[in-house]
Amino acid sequence: MGGKILPEGTMILENPVYIRGKGSAVGQEEAKGPLSDYFDIKADNAKWGEKSFEFAEKKFFMSACKKAVEDAGLSLNDIDLLLGGDLLNQIITASYSARDLGLPFLGLYGACSGMAQALATGSMLIDGGFGNNILCAASSHYATAERQFRSPLELGTPKPPTGQDTVTGAGATVISSEKGNNKVVIRALTIGRCVDFGITDANNMGAAMAPSAVQSILTHLQNRGKNPLDYDAVFTGDLGMFGSKLMIDLAQKCGVDLSEVHHDCGSMIYEGMKSKRCGASGCGCCAVVLNGYILRQLEQGNYRRILFTATGAMMSTTSVQQGESIPGIAHVIEMERV
Amino acid sequence: MNIREQLNIGNYNAYVKKEMPKSKVFSECIRAFFVGGLICTLGQAIRNFAQYTLELSENEVSAFTSIILIFLGALLTGLGVYDIIGNFAGAGSIIPITGFSNSVVSSALEFKAEGYIVGVGAKLFTVAGPVLVYGISSSIVVGLIYYLLKLLGMA
Repeated sequence: MGGKILPEGTMILENPVYIRGKGSAVGQEEAKGPLSDYFDIKADNAKWGEKSFEFAEKKFFMSACKKAVEDAGLSLNDIDLLLGGDLLNQIITASYSARDLGLPFLGLYGACSGMAQALATGSMLIDGGFGNNILCAASSHYATAERQFRSPLELGTPKPPTGQDTVTGAGATVISSEKGNNKVVIRALTIGRCVDFGITDANNMGAAMAPSAVQSILTHLQNRGKNPLDYDAVFTGDLGMFGSKLMIDLAQKCGVDLSEVHHDCGSMIYEGMKSKRCGASGCGCCAVVLNGYILRQLEQGNYRRILFTATGAMMSTTSVQQGESIPGIAHVIEMERV
Repeated sequence: MNIREQLNIGNYNAYVKKEMPKSKVFSECIRAFFVGGLICTLGQAIRNFAQYTLELSENEVSAFTSIILIFLGALLTGLGVYDIIGNFAGAGSIIPITGFSNSVVSSALEFKAEGYIVGVGAKLFTVAGPVLVYGISSSIVVGLIYYLLKLLGMA
């Protein structure tokens, strides 16, 4: 018998799921940011020696995966399953990486919530006994996302002030049923719902995702019987600066003050970089911050217990062009130092 | 916990609009004005050069000026400079003919990875397409009206 499910999507894991390895690979811009020192692999340019940006994104995905497996002290043969996703149509980055890695593979699409979606799915599988070591990964690439969702790179049209820049990079985590020397454990998680407050502007994804982040985080706190201050930090994926402000406001209106503990990966990664407007977005955003920065902070004991909430805007170019509003989703992973 | 029940926030879109970081319209207008003006001044200089130095005819002068400006727009796009100008100047560098050149060349560069037929060939006008369709359509409508008015002896 594995864990149990509480109302509204919170899962309490019966068997602890350990974080065994982590890997992150980032592009040039991310390596210029304040978190640069935490990232494992830094590419020298956006194409990284490949023939297209899509190939380069796959290289980021594969590099992060290999790094995570190496960090876990394992080889690819020890990995039972690869769970992962990205932003491209038909999640080609994850699928082609799975082809090259040769692992059993479940492709996941959760827009920018990919990393938490993979960790949530993987944790439940391990808790249920369906794997000992599972590799979870997510990636995004500025150039591939721009051409799919927005406009050509060299087009001289500025983004509005709420626009966010897609992170070039990938993060991967090996989760495991064995304690070993592992210091971080996943004990509970909340699978989010799609929450749609009617935002139709694809250049304002922070506003589209903020309500779903509040929904999932507050549900998690309620089901766990905890206050925000019981956690050292509550991370959100890529709300950006404006989305973060909205989320704090909305949570406040629901009677919960998150301002003391909240950090947003999308705001952190480009912090202090003037050209970056409202911060970062993309699957890779919270994936590299988790595997680069957050897990290290937990391992070093700077954090004792945190919530990692990856947020996603579940739209496509078609739905946006047809005027449909943008649903947001957020999955919460509770991590703790043991 | 249901955020919809907990939150009494009538119109979320209106709330977001109110809280949103605003474009700095005034300074953006100034930048657009000066960069746009600069491009037009350059155009005038080319025109004068064609007219007085090369002594081209009126029609040739227009074509010559357009060709040079389109070439410069394309060149700067290829060199990766035009998007930097565009981020600074906004509409100031989108509206002139160089902006049109930028929209076509940037698409060509972007979709080269998909080959010359389904990539460059099919996607060349993804950005400029609507401008062409409606620009040409409205010129036909205007032409038709002009023709009718002429028939009626009113133009």
